[in-house]
Amino acid sequence: MPIVLCRVDDRLVHGQVVIGWGRPLGLQRIVLVDDEVRASDWEQELYRMAAPPEIAVEFTSAAEAAPRLAGWDAGRERVLILVGAIGTAADLMRRAPGALRKLNLGGIHSGSGRRERLRYLYLSEDELAMLQRLAREGLEVSAQDVPSSRPVPLKDLG
Amino acid sequence: MSSGVRGVVVGHGGVAAALVAAAEEISGMHGVLFPVSNSGLGKVDLERRVLEAVGEGPAVIFVDLPSGSCLFAAMRQLPSHPDVRVVTGVNLVMLLEFLFHREQSPEEVARRAAESGSKGIGAR
Repeated sequence: MPIVLCRVDDRLVHGQVVIGWGRPLGLQRIVLVDDEVRASDWEQELYRMAAPPEIAVEFTSAAEAAPRLAGWDAGRERVLILVGAIGTAADLMRRAPGALRKLNLGGIHSGSGRRERLRYLYLSEDELAMLQRLAREGLEVSAQDVPSSRPVPLKDLG
Repeated sequence: MSSGVRGVVVGHGGVAAALVAAAEEISGMHGVLFPVSNSGLGKVDLERRVLEAVGEGPAVIFVDLPSGSCLFAAMRQLPSHPDVRVVTGVNLVMLLEFLFHREQSPEEVARRAAESGSKGIGAR
């Protein structure tokens, strides 16, 4: 299964991703799906600095990524799809229904209207509803910041 | 506090606060170094904290790791703050050098602090 993880993390490429998950999963490529980063060479340069040389980092918009999900999944590289917001994951699901099977909530920090669900996870009611809708559409959603922590299913985040 | 380049230490968990406390204890100089932790903060909030700590500048931002969210938050200050420099791999030697030599340009202060910090690392 070459897409080995699809993660929501508002810090995008950082230590938990490249070290915490990158090593045990044997990641070969991180696909960062974020329209803002896709449009900024400066931002891309920053995020490239965060990944070790053995992990390629690719930057795409949601519109560019959606039609390529099946190809990454059928490919030989071990790929992590990384988004910074639940809305981006929902956008991918809308554009490519069924292309993603699982969603890892890795880090969403405090913000307007959000409530703490876990130490590393804050969700607004709208975001929770969006996740519940994605789950009804077949996406298996759980929260887990690092591989050594216990995965928490969506039903326990309400 | 006295004029000169301000220091901002950005790190994971309690690293920044601990380093600043230790540097202040050794030097007796307070109000020059400002710690920022990334704990519990997303990208936007962390950048805002760093920006608040930098203030009007000039400043040197010391970061714990040579990559990651703390470095990104620091680097994002550079385009709009020509009098700010970033130094990675912060250690106590570096901060003490900074505290006693911060009257030159941020570029020179940063260079000197980085050099001292590097020299403080050794295996015996």
